Amino acid sequence: MLEKALVGSKKYWAWITFLGILAAIGVFNYLHQFSFGLGLTGMHRDVTWGLYIGQFTFLVGVAASAVMLVIPYYLHDYKTFGKIVILGEFLAISAVVMCMLFILSDMGQPMRVMNIFLHPTPTAMVFWDTVVLNGYLFINLLVGWVTLSADKKGIAPPKWIKFFIYLSIPWAISIHTVTAFLYAGIPGRHFWLSAIMAARFLASAFAGGPALLIILALIVRKVSKFDAGKEAIQAVGKIVAYAMFANVFFLGLEFFTAFYSGIPAHAQSFLYLYTGLEGHSELVPLMWTSSIFAIISLAMLWVPAIRKNEGTLVLACIMLFVSLWIDKGFGLIIGGFVPNPFETVHPYWPTMPETLITLGIWSIGFLVLTLLYKIAITVREETSGIELEH
Amino acid sequence: MSMDRRQFLKIAGISSVLGLGATAASATHNLWVKGLGPEDVDKNKDALIAKRWAMVVDMSKFKTEDDIKKCIDACHQVHNVPDYRNADGSVDKKFEIKWIWTAPYEKAFPGQESKYMGEHIKDTPFIVACNHCENPPCVRVCPTQATFKYANGITMQDEHRCIGCRFCMAACPYGARSFNWRDPIGNNPNGTPIIKNENREYPKRGKGVVEKCTFCTERLAVGKLPACVEAAPKGGLLFGDLGDPNSEVRKIVSNQYTIRRKSELGTGPGIYYIVGGSDHA
Repeated sequence: MLEKALVGSKKYWAWITFLGILAAIGVFNYLHQFSFGLGLTGMHRDVTWGLYIGQFTFLVGVAASAVMLVIPYYLHDYKTFGKIVILGEFLAISAVVMCMLFILSDMGQPMRVMNIFLHPTPTAMVFWDTVVLNGYLFINLLVGWVTLSADKKGIAPPKWIKFFIYLSIPWAISIHTVTAFLYAGIPGRHFWLSAIMAARFLASAFAGGPALLIILALIVRKVSKFDAGKEAIQAVGKIVAYAMFANVFFLGLEFFTAFYSGIPAHAQSFLYLYTGLEGHSELVPLMWTSSIFAIISLAMLWVPAIRKNEGTLVLACIMLFVSLWIDKGFGLIIGGFVPNPFETVHPYWPTMPETLITLGIWSIGFLVLTLLYKIAITVREETSGIELEH
Repeated sequence: MSMDRRQFLKIAGISSVLGLGATAASATHNLWVKGLGPEDVDKNKDALIAKRWAMVVDMSKFKTEDDIKKCIDACHQVHNVPDYRNADGSVDKKFEIKWIWTAPYEKAFPGQESKYMGEHIKDTPFIVACNHCENPPCVRVCPTQATFKYANGITMQDEHRCIGCRFCMAACPYGARSFNWRDPIGNNPNGTPIIKNENREYPKRGKGVVEKCTFCTERLAVGKLPACVEAAPKGGLLFGDLGDPNSEVRKIVSNQYTIRRKSELGTGPGIYYIVGGSDHA
């Protein structure tokens, strides 16, 4: 089926070239970082994770969110998701690929990455995260490929694949739970030391991932004959609304505990992010943008008339995605490191090479996504009209 | 557990023949059966041995800033700790690496200050370093066991196994760890060398790995006290075995009021501070 990705319109190739150029710029900057060291980034002794780990954390959520389509379709036999589910699975694959690239880019000694397997350490959450992420990539590649191959032949997928489909459900929950555990079990980082971290991660993932999927499904409908279906998109819209409500609620719970308890250390990171601390307020405009976008997008998704209009729906999804990206892909990581263990504020801002590497990895992710979607769409266009029994 | 070089080589040889499975098994073994230290492999008869190395800091013994500086310089010199400077000669906060340094009381012991406390107390410098915790979060989170515990209580760092994920830096509540954001070679923008008078005895460090105080493991192994302890004024830094009821550090910790940094986190820090001075020495 891979050959389907090699035939396309001029617009298709222009898009591929555009992503390829951005990816090449990213690779070029990465080579520079590889030879000089991570000092090329904005990170320093006090903020030791930045944009890369933020993207990784955010994208694990995008990957996990495929489960929001898999559960209704496979567990509840919700046929409406018959077409959109493959878009979700392939989005998960590209998200996991980006996660892995971000982790590699963040490593001081990437050539030693295999030490994780050479010296397996069950007490280390990174070890488990590596295991579950690789497993999730494998499961989604397998499920996506096997079901699509069956579609191509116009037959039902083999029975054994059901095992992997059902396995993917708890597995998706596990990848984001373990990712939350990277943060939630660290003593002395009060901002992260929260029992609700994993729940918050899942809620934001199940809002942000499907929101991106709505945007993608509408683009796919514009550029091809593949239509995920109005009803399916509306159903995903409702999922986004409920998940976003849970996410905003959970964030509110964090604020309550931090401020009502009155324990200074619990409030400091929130103060730094939302009001500024010790004269440093670099991230305040960004965090308020996130909050305002969250409230507006939630309100838009809540009102049926706005949600049912695809034009306003997509606007709400874009705002929601940006809001969650700022909150989880940036604020969450930086907030954990500021103030530092000596209660001193040492701010962080990404450098140009760091930003270009980040952009490059997103481009590689979208390149993978484009190729996978191209294959899926072409197969589905060729077999359109054939009703499939899963 | 003790073995001579021949036995060690034999086991190492068999392990490599058996391949990856054996490697994984031995890694798991090392993790669960803690306590394989350098003295097990290559015993030096002069080596200083302890059940639990620890340090007692008495800042009242440090009369001048120079007394403190001597300790820091001794450590940073013997370990070739890079000295990053900006063009104006100030410390480059971006690349800075430190094993032992000072922090004002209110920063070293956050939550212990009060608003009526005088500036002279709040600002009193306290020597800080890796606490060699009993229950170190950095060891728990390290995915490669590049940071690990010796049976003698020292939290060790293997810079040649470290993959540079910096999880230990996120996990350490004491800010005791530094990362090599670049290769420590050449000169600073202000013209001073990044590493002065290189000590050829100490292994070279490279970019992309984490490092920290090791309680001078390499000096203990040949019968020397840690460099900072040697350079400190008498009684300023006391180093000894908490596991020995007759040791000086044990007597002080048993009989005098000492505090530890953030001990409420359950890390079991191994550096004790005498506050307000004393007559122990």
